[in-house]
Formats: sequence, structure tokens, C-alpha cells
Amino acid sequence: MSETGKPINRIDGRLKVSGKATYSAEFNQPNMAYAFPVRATIAKGKIASIDDAAVKKEPGVLSVISHKNAFRLKPLDIQAQMKAGAAFLGENLPPLQSNIVHYPGQFIAVVVAESYEQARAAAYKLKVRYTVEKGATDLKTELLKSKKPKMFMGEEAQVNEGKAAASLASSTNRVDHTYSTPVEHHHPMEPHATVALWENSDQLTLYDATQGVGLTGTIAAYFFGLKPENVRVIAPFVGGGFGCKGLWLHTLLVAMAAKAAGRPVKLALTRQMMQTNVGHRAATIQRVALGTDANGKLSVMRHHTDSYNNLTEFFEPSGKQSLVLYEAPLREVTYNVAKLNRGTPTFMRAPGETPGTFALESAMDEMAYKLKIDPVEFRIKNHTTKDPMKGHEFSSEFLLDCYRIGAERFGWSSRNLEPRQKRNGKYLVGYGMATATYPAGRSASSVKVVMKSNGDVTLLTASIDIGTGTYTVLAQTASDALGVPVERIEVKIGDSALPPSPLAGGSQTTASIHPAALEACKLLRAQLAALATADPASKLNGRKPEDIGYADGKLFVTADPNKAESYTDILKRAKRNEMEACATTQPISGAGLTIPGALCTPREIPADQNSDIKQHAFHSFGAQFAEVWVDEDFGTIRVTRFTSVQDVGRIMNEKTARSQIIGGVIFGIGAALMEATEYDKRWGNAVVRTLADYHVPVHLDVPPIDVHFIGKPDPHISPIGARGIGEIGITGVSAAIANAVFNATGKRVRDLPLTPDKLL
Amino acid sequence: MEKQKYSRRFFLSTSAMAATLAFIPVGVKAFYNNVKKLVIPLKEKMAIKLSINKAKYNLTVDTRTTLLDLVREQLDLTGTKKGCDHGQCGACTVHVNGQRVLSCLTLAATVQGKEVTTIEGLSQGSELHPMQQAFIECDGFQCGYCTPGQIMSAVGCVNEGHTHSVEEIKEFMSGNLCRCGAYNGIVQSIQKVAK
Repeated sequence: MSETGKPINRIDGRLKVSGKATYSAEFNQPNMAYAFPVRATIAKGKIASIDDAAVKKEPGVLSVISHKNAFRLKPLDIQAQMKAGAAFLGENLPPLQSNIVHYPGQFIAVVVAESYEQARAAAYKLKVRYTVEKGATDLKTELLKSKKPKMFMGEEAQVNEGKAAASLASSTNRVDHTYSTPVEHHHPMEPHATVALWENSDQLTLYDATQGVGLTGTIAAYFFGLKPENVRVIAPFVGGGFGCKGLWLHTLLVAMAAKAAGRPVKLALTRQMMQTNVGHRAATIQRVALGTDANGKLSVMRHHTDSYNNLTEFFEPSGKQSLVLYEAPLREVTYNVAKLNRGTPTFMRAPGETPGTFALESAMDEMAYKLKIDPVEFRIKNHTTKDPMKGHEFSSEFLLDCYRIGAERFGWSSRNLEPRQKRNGKYLVGYGMATATYPAGRSASSVKVVMKSNGDVTLLTASIDIGTGTYTVLAQTASDALGVPVERIEVKIGDSALPPSPLAGGSQTTASIHPAALEACKLLRAQLAALATADPASKLNGRKPEDIGYADGKLFVTADPNKAESYTDILKRAKRNEMEACATTQPISGAGLTIPGALCTPREIPADQNSDIKQHAFHSFGAQFAEVWVDEDFGTIRVTRFTSVQDVGRIMNEKTARSQIIGGVIFGIGAALMEATEYDKRWGNAVVRTLADYHVPVHLDVPPIDVHFIGKPDPHISPIGARGIGEIGITGVSAAIANAVFNATGKRVRDLPLTPDKLL
Repeated sequence: MEKQKYSRRFFLSTSAMAATLAFIPVGVKAFYNNVKKLVIPLKEKMAIKLSINKAKYNLTVDTRTTLLDLVREQLDLTGTKKGCDHGQCGACTVHVNGQRVLSCLTLAATVQGKEVTTIEGLSQGSELHPMQQAFIECDGFQCGYCTPGQIMSAVGCVNEGHTHSVEEIKEFMSGNLCRCGAYNGIVQSIQKVAK
């Protein structure tokens, strides 16, 4: 019976429910001091002077570090960083290296003291004077001087620029509207925190809340000029990430503080700092135009995004899904990016697709209504089985099944095409739907497996579980690959000293590490079989490797299963306490291993023929269905039902997978109804700064969410067949809700979030 | 408990004076503040006695220390989580004298003589509390960071009898945020235990 796919409980669940799962801020060290940062109060300018006299008089203060006395980190140098694997930073701003202020809230100093209370109180006494310059704080003003970026993550950013206009003008039916989305913040429940520990001035250990231990270690090594193997990053548990944990340079700040204090130092960001210093999803203004022929077939799609960034090349790629979904002979996707003096925008759960599907899928709904076609039917009519840009077949694609199954489960057929037809007491009831999509990536990865002579198995890889279920599903894969029960398998991850794995981002962890786990287990089995077949005392003696099967902790002769021998007997007779195997798998396309520091020398498996982007396009798909109740008197919207049907390849654990999709949908409900960070246009600072004013969904905002998986393994991504599921759940959700609101009220809101004022 | 040197009335009257003095020139105000500092020296440390998970503690704490920072930073009880430090997320929920309380909004100095239960004190030995077990079975968490607070709050919710309907459970659990979105599983866990 296969363990993979079963809805087993999380193997780390017991630790988490009993408070014994240890997150980065909880690795208290002997003689540890506390750091508290000081942040800039201007948007742009220079620090004219810093007066720390009052700070130093405060009890318990050990040191005050600013640009005047900070450790000199290696300067930014993109070529050198690329070579070292440290190119990918949250913000291109190593801390405290100059007196220039780029945004309000930037870390400009750090106070180290004996206790947290002392550090915090003292930090507020630092006197800073600035030479203020006029900052770029208003998006609409700055867009006038915005630039058209050439590239995005190695791809052409501007696609068919200017080519859609003529075709749009000649289309029989046209919709052309502007949709806008606000700044959103990740706000994982665990604030970023780091404990830094130096030994001998060239050995650094960081307990860090990160989505990628390897990446964080490489970045720290680069900027401190250390050997990569001398920086160890440890994060056995990470309290959520959603894109904001991994690449931020407060980690360097703590290490600088620990160096200055000559002691281990802890720095935990406050919730307010998380609104400023660890990224956000940039606001977008998107103009989407669609044209169809008389039969409702799309002839042209145009998607333009205006957005901004600062201290990064990244910008919100809201046009991504408009290059993947639907059959249309012509599509134009373009971007304008301004620069604001605002904390750096970054990846946030489904970067691009989250705001992008709001715009595109709202426009699809508007077109369907214009054509008087059911929105599901309209999408089916325009379905594509090929990547519309590259022409490759999708590796595995069941989107039409998602629409059909979703519509059935949801009861879509009772929807009225015309709005305002359904009431429940004082509430207007509406149904809406949208397509979900997210690319499926896979990177190189290494996994080591160790079997003890008592049969216990340990799997080791420098991956991360940010709540996704990495621990659990790895144990399930190894259980099947070795024929050992899950209870006998321990998974060790979250340590850069382990065999390297990609960061937990881009929905790629499962797709990347499981092929390596499978291969490592296969190698281990082969080694065990080699021991047994060569041993005259073994029942398997003299057999060929291909004649040997495995199950229930044993190897056996496939033709004669009674000729069997347990792993433990094989190991004991060979007088081996343990046996290990390590494998690196490298897809033919996809990111390679840039992170050094593997414990074992991974046996390189020749690149497998999977995940070949020259043969196939790799994407996941889904359909989102929402029911809303709208109170017309108050403009309040409640999502009362939600159905999400997902085509994401093989499901590794039905329980944890379901939770991830539910979580994605809830993230989408937040984006649809409440999440927005507002900024003061005069000073550029965020006026929404805490969880009291940055509203995320609470228990009462969330209906029961019905999730269904197509569950068909993707035969082309890997021998495992799983694509990622961390991000697709949020895509399309805000559009489905906005479309449901239109169906309920007849009002089309094109500006997120759908707050009551927009319906009154 | 330490003998109180100053009465509530004294504080009220000095505060009233301070309010009046807000309208008086800066020099006079500084003089007043100096005098006040002399008369009422700032207390930086305080001795407290309390019980946490049935163990007795005699501690000297910084007067600014919250119950949350006390357990996490000084007593190595890191199961209670800091999510916002402002009473907005519920991750720090503990029980004080059997009531659910936000430990980040509770100064350690105010739990003098009280009985505190944290997530570490919820289970009996190696056997999990039924709520903890239910959270595992219903997958009432993902990253696990809000989980101790959710569980302490869920136990409180059941003890308070706010489990008559899903809506009621949600209402009385809405102070506990979960960004991973495990709300469906949490409500199921509570229903399971409340039965």
C-alpha cells in the first residue's frame, strides 16, 4: 500500500501542538545580548549627524552601531555576487554602510544591550539629524517618469509592445478597463528573527527565520568575506514565509551586532518593522483589453501593468498569466515601472498572478457578461492546451475538468446570468468564478538517506518546511522507496550543513527534492542489495540486482518472495552500524545547484529528461468558485462558500495539500476584501503599520472551503509527478469574489480590496 | 507582596498636577519633573512570585517585562509565541487563573501570586491534551507558529461554553490570527473536543 498521497497527520505535528517546535528567536544562547534597530524617519536624504551620548548612558547598553562605526561589508557587485551565488537579495542595501536614506523605516543604526527591554528603550534615545531631500512618494506622479524594463527574471519583459491596438480596434466585441490592486504585506505569524553567533571571527552561525538556509548562508558569507562552509544557517521550523523570508539583510545587521558586542546577539523584528523592512507586494494599476469575434472567440488580449520598485530589479509581474491562459492569436503584455522611496517590493505568494488574475479574470467576466455567455462556458470556448507563446504542449493539463468538476460541486448551474436575481433575506447573493494558474518549477536538489542497523531511517536535506508539510511528505516518499513505515523515518531539514536544496519559494520544493529523495533511497537499496548478493551467508547470494524486490523492510527475490532478508540482518551481518546514500538530481531545464556545502559528495545523476522546457510548458491550473452575500445597506461582503478545484499533478499528502490550497484561498479572501497598506503621500511612510490596521482574514471571515484535486501525476516534470501547490491556491480568488459581487449587485468594482465604501 | 509606598490618590493628584503643568513654561516643568524623580524614583526591577504550569517561581523582573517576554526569554518556555507584541494576533495566549489572556499585554509585574498555564503545561506528561490531539488530526495548523495560542484560546473557548455553533466558535476565536489559513481545521478541532 502506497504511503504517498495518503492524508496522514504531519510528522512534526506533535512538536508544533505542544510548543516544542523551535523557531529562530527561540535559540537562546548563553551570554546572549539583544539588538534593537533604529529606523529612518525620512523618505530620502542623508544622515547629517548621529548623537548616541544619551543611548550610551542607558543601563545595559553594550554598543551602538551606525554607518559611522559599522563593520565594512563587501560592497554590492553584481558580477562577483553572481559568481558567489549571492546575487539574489531582498533589497540591494547592505545595512549601515553609508549615510544615505532610501526609504522611511530603513535601518540606520542598531543598539545592543543586555536585555530586550534595555535595547528597545535605549534605541529610542538615539538622536539623528538628516539632510532631507524630496522623496518619490506618489505612484501616479512617479509613473510619468517610469521606465519600461527590458527583462524580467531572464525573460523579455515587454511582449508584442504596441501590436494589439489594431486588432482590438477591429474586434467585434471589446472590453477595456483599468484594474488596481493595493500594497499587500505577507505578515507571516512569526516575525523575522535571527540569533547570530561568532566563533573565532571567521565562523558564523545564524539561527534565522528563512525560506532558504543555503541562500541566506551564501549571502552572509559573501558580505562578510567568509568561506561559505564557515557560515551555518539553521531553521528547523519557520513560522510562515509567503515570500518575505530569506533574502533580507537584517540578518547581516545581527551578525554585525554580534561581532561588535563580542557575544551572541538576538534580533527579532517587531510587527511594525515587518510592514517596512522585509518587502511587500507592490501596488499595481493594470489595463486589460480583450477582443473577440462574433462567436465569442478571443482574437486579442492586451495587459499593461504600471507599478514601481526600489533597490531591486524585481517588479510585480502581473501580466504572467496573460501569456499562459486562453487561446488568442495575439497578445500584448507590457510593463511600466517607476521608482518610489518606499521599502523594497518583493515576491509575495504567487507574485504576478495574484494581482494579475484579478485583472484578467475580471475582464473575462466582463466580456462573458457582454456576450451574454456563461463565464465558465466562455472560458471553455477559449481554452488552450498549448503554451500560447512558445507553442509547447502543457506537460499535463486538466483545466477543463477543473471547470466541470468545480461547477458541479459548487452548484454553478443555479447561477443567473443577470445580476441581482438572488436574495436571501436582506442579502443579495452572487456567484462568481475565475481560472487559477501558476508555473511549475523544478530545481536541482540533493538528499542523503541514512539507515541504521536497527532499521531506522533518516533523510537529510537543506530544505525548509514553512508550514507546507515538507517533513511529512518526505517521510512518505522514503517510506515507499524503502518499504519502511513512516514512523521509523526521521526527516532532518532546515540546516545549511545538510545536502543542498533550493529555497522554499516558487512552489518548487516538492517537485525538486522528491526526485532526489527517491534516487537516494534507490541507491541505498542498491548498496544493501550489493552487500547481500555478495554475501555467501545471504539467501540473496548470487542474485542479480534486477531480480531483487523490496517491501516491509526487506529485500527479496522477486521470483521467489520467500527468499528474503531484512535490511537489519544485512547490515548486522556486514557489521555495519549504518549505511548511507546521497543523490543529486538535476532536471534538464531549471535552476542548477549554485549552493556549495554538501555534507556528502553527492553522486551526480545525469540530468534526467524531465522538466524539459524545450519540449513542454509546465503550469498548474485550477478553477475557483465563490458565493458572496452582500448587505446593500452597509456594503459589506461575506464569502459564504468557496470551491477550489486544482490540477497540480500528483498529490503527495491529501491532508497537507488540502490545507495549502485552503490557506491560499484564505490569502485570496484577504486580498479581495480587506488587505491594503496605505502610505502618506507627503512623507512616504506607511500609515498602516500593525495587524490592527492591516486586516488579514480571521476565523469569522472564512467559510468552509471545498477543495478537490484532479490528482493526475505529471509525467514530464519528474519521476514523482508532483507540481507545486503553495501558490496556485490564491490565484483567481479575488477575481472570483469580485465577479460574484457583480453577480450579486450589478456593481463592477475594479479596485481592490472590495471595501464597503466601494459598493455604496 | 511588597508594601506599597504610594497610594493611588497620590498618583492621581500628582498626575493632575502634571496635567496643569502642561500649560506652564518649560523651565518650571523640568523643575517639577526633577522633583518628581526624587520623590518617586523609577523602579527598574521588581520581585514577583508566581506559579507557571504548577511550578513556583520567585523572580526579579524588569518592570517593563511582559509575561510573554518573561516566559520566552528568561524561563525558556518558548512555546508561547510573539506574533505582534500588541495584542492584535493572539499568538501569545496563555491562561492566567484559568482565563485566556494575551501575555504580550500583561506586564509580568501584574501576575503576582497568580497561576499561569502555557502550552507546555497543557498536556499531562507525554499524553497530549484532547485539543492538541484534535489539532493534529484536523490539520489545524501549517507553520505552527500561531498554534500554541490557538490551542490555549480553543481550550478557553470550550471552557467558556462558546461552542454552540460554528458561528459562535468563530466569533470567540477571531482574536487568534492564522496567516497560513488553518481556520477550517481549527474550527473542526474545537467542534471535536466540545462534543
